[in-house]
Amino acid sequence: MDLVQMQKSLQDYTKSLFLEGILDSQFLQLQQLQDESNPDFVSQVVTLFFQDSDRILNDLSLSLDQQVVDFKKVDPHVHQLKGSSSSIGAQRVKNACVVFRSFCEQQNVEACHRCLQQVKQEYYLVKNRLETLFKLEQQIVASGGMIPPVELGF
Amino acid sequence: MMNPSHGRGLGSAGGSSSGRNQGGGETVVEMFPSGLRVLVVDDDPTCLMILERMLRTCLYEVTKCNRAEMALSLLRKNKHGFDIVISDVHMPDMDGFKLLEHVGLEMDLPVIMMSADDSKSVVLKGVTHGAVDYLIKPVRMEALKNIWQHVVRKRRSEWSVPEHSGSIEETGERQQQQHRGGGGGAAVSGGEDAVDDNSSSVNEGNNWRSSSRKRKDEEGEEQGDDKDEDASNLKKPRVVWSVELHQQFVAAVNQLGVEKAVPKKILELMNVPGLTRENVASHLQKYRIYLRRLGGVSQHQGNLNNSFMTGQDASFGPLSTLNGFDLQALAVTGQLPAQSLAQLQAGLGRPAMVSKSGLPVSSIVDERSIFSFDNTKTRFGEGLGHHGQQPQQQPQMNLLHGVPTGLQQQLPMGNRMSIQQQIAAVRAGHSVQNNGMLMPLAGQQSLPRGPPPMLTSSQSSIRQPMLSNRIPERSGFSGRNNIPESSRVLPTGYTNLTTQHSSSAMAYNNFQPELPVNSFPLASAPGLSVPVRKATCYQEEVNSSEAGFTTPSYDMFTTRQNDWDLRNIGIAFDSHQDAESAAFSASEAYSSSSMSRNNTTVAATEHHGRNHQQPPPGMVPHHQGYADGNSGSVRVKSERVAADTAAMAFHEQYSNQEDLMSALLKQEGIAPVDGEFDFDAYSIDNIPV
Repeated sequence: MDLVQMQKSLQDYTKSLFLEGILDSQFLQLQQLQDESNPDFVSQVVTLFFQDSDRILNDLSLSLDQQVVDFKKVDPHVHQLKGSSSSIGAQRVKNACVVFRSFCEQQNVEACHRCLQQVKQEYYLVKNRLETLFKLEQQIVASGGMIPPVELGF
Repeated sequence: MMNPSHGRGLGSAGGSSSGRNQGGGETVVEMFPSGLRVLVVDDDPTCLMILERMLRTCLYEVTKCNRAEMALSLLRKNKHGFDIVISDVHMPDMDGFKLLEHVGLEMDLPVIMMSADDSKSVVLKGVTHGAVDYLIKPVRMEALKNIWQHVVRKRRSEWSVPEHSGSIEETGERQQQQHRGGGGGAAVSGGEDAVDDNSSSVNEGNNWRSSSRKRKDEEGEEQGDDKDEDASNLKKPRVVWSVELHQQFVAAVNQLGVEKAVPKKILELMNVPGLTRENVASHLQKYRIYLRRLGGVSQHQGNLNNSFMTGQDASFGPLSTLNGFDLQALAVTGQLPAQSLAQLQAGLGRPAMVSKSGLPVSSIVDERSIFSFDNTKTRFGEGLGHHGQQPQQQPQMNLLHGVPTGLQQQLPMGNRMSIQQQIAAVRAGHSVQNNGMLMPLAGQQSLPRGPPPMLTSSQSSIRQPMLSNRIPERSGFSGRNNIPESSRVLPTGYTNLTTQHSSSAMAYNNFQPELPVNSFPLASAPGLSVPVRKATCYQEEVNSSEAGFTTPSYDMFTTRQNDWDLRNIGIAFDSHQDAESAAFSASEAYSSSSMSRNNTTVAATEHHGRNHQQPPPGMVPHHQGYADGNSGSVRVKSERVAADTAAMAFHEQYSNQEDLMSALLKQEGIAPVDGEFDFDAYSIDNIPV
């Protein structure tokens, strides 16, 4: 695949993420923060997000698996995940967290388990897509090309 | 350190030296806002990284911290090393609001709260705790670009606590410049949600100032003023309130009487070379807020007040002298329920009643004859704090309405704390029965937030004398209250409250909705019925919500029992609005405004205080009227009541609030109108609007 094609692929791919609602405009904000002096900003932040989220999801799983679920512990985790996912633009993860929180408030363990599954699903999805995105970018850069700016015509 | 100076031309982040002022020594200003030193605190590493990057892009100097304790120690080590703090609300080691309080008190830096939580209650909490802004995550660049405005605003309010119209003019000039320079930036902090209204309203206040300035030859005046300002204000060193200094301050305040303590006199008493009236004024504001919190500290969510309460908080260095009071206040508050109430009542508001805490205050109070008005005072305190404790809230509330018994005024307030404490104690005893009633707000408000409504009243009363002089000078008033972020910043709010009160009263007649709230939306803000009580959250609510907040606030109020603040807001809002809308005579307007304000506080206090007393049957409904938003009739009622001298008599029963009202009224030069109080059944319907 030549450079131009790769760049086009990247653009299309990125657009699709937005169209599917996996990413929202906050992700664009992140991209705007990236420049020559901070060329890897987005991937750095996203990597940090993945690390942190892995930890949180782990804690959540443990908390919900307890005999007696302590929602006072569960809620802050979900809240944080909501905050960080919204900060990087992982829209679907954030939305799933919102639902999760409402069930936490109701102290509905069953529903919380389902929510956790939902959150995990969305999280793995966005993780997967973003990793693909970064790979595409790396390929372009490796080929000596520039990463084209995201053009969201929609 | 950046010298905010006059914001003229301060624009985008990169905008250094935007055509700034004419005076020399502007270099510092010119650098502003780039180089602004920001401390950002968030336990979420992702957000922290993003924020840091965004702030750097705005050309700010960023220090990040993921733990609140670390942030505090950083700030303490380097008191003048930062210009503004941005903190998350939910953090594992310390509640963001607690950090906010600490920073506000110890370092007097503007603090911006942020959270992924956008529920109104939390935003409100931010406002009432004195945050200058509240950002909802995800935070966008636009929102961060304009945070410098908060630094400038705060500095300006510190510098220019106007004592006379002259200074006001200066301030106005500055503001004007700022407006001009800041352009849209100053007006709105982009991307923020609920808080936006707040900033808008705050800016309206500023606009008001500016517009008054416009009459002058702007260019010429500005230049002249700028120079003056520059010379006098530009490089004002920040005063560090050491323990000794604070002790001197407290001693002076107590000597003068909490209610009567004016910065000028405090300054004279303190006799500290190099200390300016402005320094004292801003410190006084904070102190008052602190006291309010103390009073309001109760069993209820006293989280934020913990530090105050225990008085052990080392962070409150300067406040260490208050610790003793804190404890007392706490003791009183927390434990005093019926006991204190009874005592208070019995003693006619003798603070001494608060035996629990053994507050020295009570004795002091006695001396001061604060309780001369007796019950009123007591009530006040009672109503202030604890909602839900007293079964009879209503009666208390009603009393508050119109009964500004002038107790407040008379309170030499030598011991503001004491009174507050007492009140707090009383309140503690009284549960806020008012739930739903406006009054609870007054008390409630203080509970979570700290400042007991009493404070407000007392403040009002104290202010009264001061205000009366000022009332005609709107500007003066504004100057006082002018806390650009007044709506948002609690500490400043305190002073505003009082001033607002009186000024509002006057303002009612004179002020058109355009009267901006410069600092205190109360008087002028058209939509802001925020009563003087800054401390109360409602104020903030009002300010911020201008648009459409009122209604929701009511909902909040009625649904939240413990949410004092909300209640207050509702009440305040109502009363405020009524005052404005009703075509009251000056006195009436005055009383109504006072009432509104007092209502909140009084109501709360009354409420609480009333528990022990037999509340007039009508009281309750009265309050309810508020709560229900029967603003029109209800308000009128309260206003009348306030005005009534006869009401005064009534007040006596009801205690503090009434006295406060009268005191307020008296100060304002308006004789309370008796008789109105005697509404039977304080039914709202009875009041012809």
